This record gives sequence, C-alpha cells and structure tokens, in this order.
Amino acid sequence: MANIPADLRYTKEHEWAKLEGDKARIGITAFAQEQLGDVVFVELPKAGTKVTAMKTFGVVESVKAVSDLFAPLSGEVVEINAELPKKPEVVNADPYGKGWMIVVKLADTKEWGGLMSAADYEKLVAAAGH
Amino acid sequence: MTANPTSLKRTPLHAVHVAAGAKMVPFGGWDMPVQYTGIIEEHRCVRSAVGLFDISHMGEFEVRGSGALAAVQTLTTNDASALAIGQVQYSLLCYPEGGMVDDLTLYRLADDHYMLTVNASNIEKDWAWVTENGRGGGWTNMSEATGLIAVQGPRAEGLVQRLADKDVTRVPYYHFASGTVAGVPCLISRTGYTGEDGFELYAPAEGSSGLWHALMDAGKGDGIQPIGLGARDTLRLEMKFALYGNDIDETTNPLEAGLGWVVKPAKGEFIGRAAIEAVRSAGVKRKLVGFEMAQRAVARHGYRLLKNGDPVGVVTSGSFSPSLERCIGMGYVRADLAAIGTEVDVDIRGKAERARVAKTPFVPSHAKKL
Repeated sequence: MANIPADLRYTKEHEWAKLEGDKARIGITAFAQEQLGDVVFVELPKAGTKVTAMKTFGVVESVKAVSDLFAPLSGEVVEINAELPKKPEVVNADPYGKGWMIVVKLADTKEWGGLMSAADYEKLVAAAGH
Repeated sequence: MTANPTSLKRTPLHAVHVAAGAKMVPFGGWDMPVQYTGIIEEHRCVRSAVGLFDISHMGEFEVRGSGALAAVQTLTTNDASALAIGQVQYSLLCYPEGGMVDDLTLYRLADDHYMLTVNASNIEKDWAWVTENGRGGGWTNMSEATGLIAVQGPRAEGLVQRLADKDVTRVPYYHFASGTVAGVPCLISRTGYTGEDGFELYAPAEGSSGLWHALMDAGKGDGIQPIGLGARDTLRLEMKFALYGNDIDETTNPLEAGLGWVVKPAKGEFIGRAAIEAVRSAGVKRKLVGFEMAQRAVARHGYRLLKNGDPVGVVTSGSFSPSLERCIGMGYVRADLAAIGTEVDVDIRGKAERARVAKTPFVPSHAKKL
C-alpha cells in the first residue's frame, strides 16, 4: 500500500505538512518522489521568505522532470533543510523524514483544517492509478 | 496521464516490462518503460556491467532490387556505395531545404539489399518520404515484424558470445553478422546509443521475449538489469549523441548539428545537397555544443542560452549526468561562442545560471573500435 502517514496532512499537489506547535514542517510525499524518480536538485526559499498557501515556494528537479513545490500553508519560512543541496537523494530515500524541505511559522492556523487527511490523500493517489 | 493508453502502440515486450514493474510512459506514440529501478542506478549498470534495452519501437525499412542503391543514395546524405555487405553506416534523410527528416543507421544486407533503422516517432513520416522519393527500389516496412533489443555495457560482448552460434567478438564496430542468439535468429549488430561496447539484436517480433528472458537469465552473474528510456537518454547525452525531436529536426541542418561527417557531397546528387552546400559556403551561424553547468541546476529543452543577458541560443537537451555527477546539456549557440571553455548562461526560470562549453563526449566512449 501507499506510504501515507496518518498524522500528516496533504495537498493535491503531493506535499505533506506536519504540525509542530505554531509551525509546520513541509515536504513531498512518497508518491511524489516515486513519480519524479531520482531527485538531483531542490531549490528552496531563504529563511525569512513569506510563502502563501497553494503558491509555489520552490522547485524539485529529477533526472527527467522539473516540478514546482506548493506551500500547503501560509507563513514565514523559519528553517530550511540545509542538507538537501548536498544530498537531494534523501528526498527519495526518506521523503517524510530526512527529506523534509522547510519549516513555516503559520500565519493562520485555521488553514490546517483545509488540508487533506491521510485517508482523503490516499483516495487521490489511488485515483491517480496506484 | 492525458494520453489515452489504448491509443498507444506496444512493443512485443510490453507485457514483460509491465510484469517487471517498469514505470510506463507515452513516448513518440508508444507505451514504453522509462525506468525499472531508477534512472541513475540503471545508467551506472550500463557503464559498469551490462544493460538490456527494448528498442523494438524503432522502425526498420528494407529496400531491394537493382535500383536499391540509387534510391538510398538519393535519399541519404552519407555515401552508401562505400558500404560492404555486413557493414553499417550512420546517415541522414534531409529535405530539399537542408533540414532533417530523420537520422538513421543503414545496413547493407546483401547485394542490392539494404535496411534503414529509423526513429520510432518518425516511422510513418519516413515511410511516406522514402517510398515517395526513393521509387527506384522495392520497399518493405518491417517495423512491426521486427523486435530490437540492445545489449550494452562492458560485459555485453561476453554475454552475447555465450548465447550466440558464432564468434561475435570478431564483429567490428558498425558491422553486423547473421546468426542465432539463444536459438533466436538475429541480425547481430555491433552498434548502440550509449558509448559502451555492445550489440543491437534484430529478431523476429515473436522471438523477442524469448531472447529477452534468455539474456536476462544468462546475464545474472554479470549484474544485468533492464534499462528504461530515462537512462537511455542520460547515456546518449553523455556521448553528445543527437536525439531527433530534441537536438535535430526539420529546422536544423546537418552542419550546424555537427553531423557534417555524414554528408558526402562528392558522391553525387542527393536530396538536400544544394541547400547544405550553400550553408557550407556561407558558414554556419550556430553550432550544437555540449555544456556543463557550474551549479546543480538542470538546463531543459527549450531554455534560452544567454551571453551578458542577450539571447545567443537555445538548450536542446539537458540532464544530470550520473557519471560526472554534474548537470550537462546540449544546445545551439551562435557560432562565435562555440569554442570549448566559452562561458554562457542558461535562463533557468528567470535566473541566469553559468555554463561552460565543454569538450565532448562528456565521458570517454568505450565503443569497441576494431
């Protein structure tokens, strides 16, 4: 079965978010990294950048494709994963763990309720043919 | 996900790829494996051991009869009269204006009998072109009846030798032999699109899955893996082999694409000759070069090449190179910027990323030159 942790929330663009107090940690899902194939480059915003829900905040490149990253939630980037420029392949190996991308201080915690649950996201992935 | 999967064509090995868990994608009208385990791993397997490619989607046309050579000479830019029986030649089909219909490999099967292997996405266009413009020969489209499996890598020769009924070690580069491999009748061609030594095995469509499984079984100890189109693309890019539809097409002429070595005006008249010779006299305005990115930033097909902010060309292919662990690409630049070492920028999503014109092939070829 698809690897979709129950404690995370999801977007239809295949990002995940994990609530950590008034912040959220953000990355891409196992399904997303599978579809992309070998990730070779991740472009992230600098700390301090404001991101907006469902607007792009960065780019992930695999050998074959380039794909925009969409912010699940609005707020200010307070941390980025500094390992990713050196080791982009951890996005493939550990998308929900070491492959995290940014931490955002939430502008509006109510946005959390608008994200997809693991069950809903699983349906989306199933409909995509998996 | 937009293409209707039922409208896509399938090779005789389609079910084998699906059973192996390959990720299938539409390519030139075909449902093809883009990867099995991962592009980088598959790429390294071919460079270090041996990989198996299903390239049965490619087209094969045969032409025979007393007018066959004349038809081939009219259609193609290289000099087919120089081919011995058993020899292969890289060549081009051009339009009268000098742009390319396709690139191909030409096989001389016998006296007055040749085979042209063409790109999958161009089969229908090419068939119409050769039968219209090469009327002196009797043409047969063998594409659907023919399976084609490439065995590439430093361990390819040993693997094919163990299964073949003749000594394939004596088949030189760009030559072929007829024989059997694992009991399947094959045209055993020492050619490829990877820069490694190896063979391309033309077999009857109905024999190709048996051949595939026999090679996979016999290659276990060599570390053989099936290789998808993703790694086929990164392997050929490291060699700066042009891909029709990406690097060359009807708008590019052979000279600017660096393919002047397969244009032989001295052989006599052929389609496109006058236009190509006019370009040769005037000098090319742009050249297809290889480049390396300074940073990990991937230049993709269609991105602009810049010099001091001004557009000077266009990227035609780009990827991460698994061998070099750097980003590399190919593109057309203004002829005065084509020298190795010249710095240009690639416009990547509005950011100018530094690139340097590189010596190519990017990695040394290991194709066996006998």
